[in-house]
Amino acid sequence: MAKSNKPIVWGLFAAGGTVSAFVIPVMILITGLLVPLGVFGSEAMSYDRMTAFAGNWLVKVILFGVLTLTLWHAAHRLRVTAHDFGLRNDGPIAIAVYGLAGLFTAVALFALLSI
Amino acid sequence: MSQRQITFEVLRYNPEADSAPWIQTYSVPCEEEWVILDAINYIKDHLDSTLSYRWSCHMAVCGSCGMTVNGEPTLSCKAFLRDYKGSKIRVEPLTHFPVERDLVVVLDDFMEKLQSVKPYLMPKTEKPVEEGEYKQTPRQLKNYKQYTMCINCMLCYAACPQYALNPEFIGPAALALTHRYNLDSRDAGRSERQEVVAQHEGVWECSFVGACSEVCPKDVDPAGAIQQMKIASTVDWHLEHLMPWRRK
Ligand code: SF4
Ligand code: FES
Repeated sequence: MAKSNKPIVWGLFAAGGTVSAFVIPVMILITGLLVPLGVFGSEAMSYDRMTAFAGNWLVKVILFGVLTLTLWHAAHRLRVTAHDFGLRNDGPIAIAVYGLAGLFTAVALFALLSI
Repeated sequence: MSQRQITFEVLRYNPEADSAPWIQTYSVPCEEEWVILDAINYIKDHLDSTLSYRWSCHMAVCGSCGMTVNGEPTLSCKAFLRDYKGSKIRVEPLTHFPVERDLVVVLDDFMEKLQSVKPYLMPKTEKPVEEGEYKQTPRQLKNYKQYTMCINCMLCYAACPQYALNPEFIGPAALALTHRYNLDSRDAGRSERQEVVAQHEGVWECSFVGACSEVCPKDVDPAGAIQQMKIASTVDWHLEHLMPWRRK
């Protein structure tokens, strides 16, 4: 039997898991709670400030990494969860979840490059 | 010494006589310091000599006394009765294996898988005996020692939902033992074992539920071993595909 090609998606999944665990909770705290509650002032995430922030190349690279790795993590997690629930038509599920992750990776790339 | 009367509901199955497995109950006068296996031995010695089950060492070394106790894969010689409240205990054979008779399961599948990963030292060059032993530092020993503790009790297979879904999965203990030899400084057989490990049915069938490590009576942590092998296999994959000139 041949060696599996799973390492491609598993590598992204593992990297995305690390990012999700370390970065996403604090991102949710800041962008979902503290900023809307006005803790950092009402202008903290204004359009102008955020475009200037995301205009920096280093920020673009980091944002791209955080956004897409989490996406790929979620995609693979969903595929495995489907498998755990006994859904055995793995092929179509894999195409659907990785297709979405790929699509939004492209969207993130274009959005960041156009800033 | 205090005694406790416990009802044991034991799965019985004799493929030659029974059309399906059935449950027989035995009332056993148990001593408080007994383990489950003592009660089963009591049944065999005093109540019903036809009950079949495996055991040998009575000290968590031989790995033969695995059973499903109240639904949990359990080493019956290591499970103390004082940890079971109530007056009823159900004892069944390990799940995910065919039943040979009563509490005895068929081991063939596990044995084949164990062999397929070549769980023995494969040194780069075989040294003649006159040249003496292969030396190892305490640190090199520590690297893999945890994975040598496996007693092949197969509780991890009984606990593994992926093995239940796909019986082709090489499974926790065989993979943990693969890791044990891969990590041994005297061994050079990793690339041969990778042929099995890096298949779909190798480490990639595992979805890291972790039940194997929870039930393992020897703290081997097969789930941890498998994740470490996934990382190593992922590095291999990228080296093989992105740097083809490195391919041997
Ligand atoms: S890894 Fe643990 S549970 Fe699995 S066979 Fe070895 S000792 Fe038993
Ligand atoms: S009898 Fe040997 S491990 Fe239980």
